[in-house]
Amino acid sequence: MQIKSRVHGGVLYVLLCGELDEHSATYTRITLDEIFDKPDFNKIVIDLSELSFMDSTGIGVLIGRYKRMKDKSISIYIANPSAHAEKIFKMTGLYDIMPKIV
Amino acid sequence: MKYSNFMEVTFKALSVNEGFARVCVASFCVQLNPSVDEITDIKTAVSEAVTNCVVHAYPSSVKGDVILRCELEDDLVTITVTDKGVGIKDVEKAREPFYTSKPSEERSGMGFTVMESFMDDVRVASNSFGTSVKMTKKISQACEQVVG
Repeated sequence: MQIKSRVHGGVLYVLLCGELDEHSATYTRITLDEIFDKPDFNKIVIDLSELSFMDSTGIGVLIGRYKRMKDKSISIYIANPSAHAEKIFKMTGLYDIMPKIV
Repeated sequence: MKYSNFMEVTFKALSVNEGFARVCVASFCVQLNPSVDEITDIKTAVSEAVTNCVVHAYPSSVKGDVILRCELEDDLVTITVTDKGVGIKDVEKAREPFYTSKPSEERSGMGFTVMESFMDDVRVASNSFGTSVKMTKKISQACEQVVG
């Protein structure tokens, strides 16, 4: 898993590259929390265009980040999910808390 | 039955082996010419089953084995993921969406739900000597050159 981020216009853009499963979950969780702890944005967009695999462990990681950011009133959005990721998001209702943006 | 094949691998219940398990099954199933969607569904279901072994089967620091078996019979894929761990106390409860026995660990509790959604059938057998998850999926347009 590789994680890239940049802030533009008050929006934090995060790009997840690789596979998000149990093996990469801890690194992903810690790295996202470090990035999310910076105070220079008011909205987060997680770009999944480079995510080649994800299972339900990834859902747990994303819901955990949602809970942390909810306390700070910062919304998280999902961009460019694969058809496979989209299937899991719809099944688990993730889009109810992290809407998809086009 | 016209066509039959199988493979079986055993590996330690470590998260680093999840990717290996996914690729191993996907590579073996390619002989049936599945669609990309079908292969992705199978890989995801395997990942969920192996994750359960890694996270739940062996609570002590000493990790035991995971046995991954994949059988092909004509256009039917049967995958069995077995551990020799502590077992699941309440299988019915464990299969409920959003249920997790480790709520403090940010787990979605959707592992079995994903397996059930992505495979045609999922059966779980568990006792205090281990757990076996058996999943089947029919490949819609299995390669005629293979299955005849």
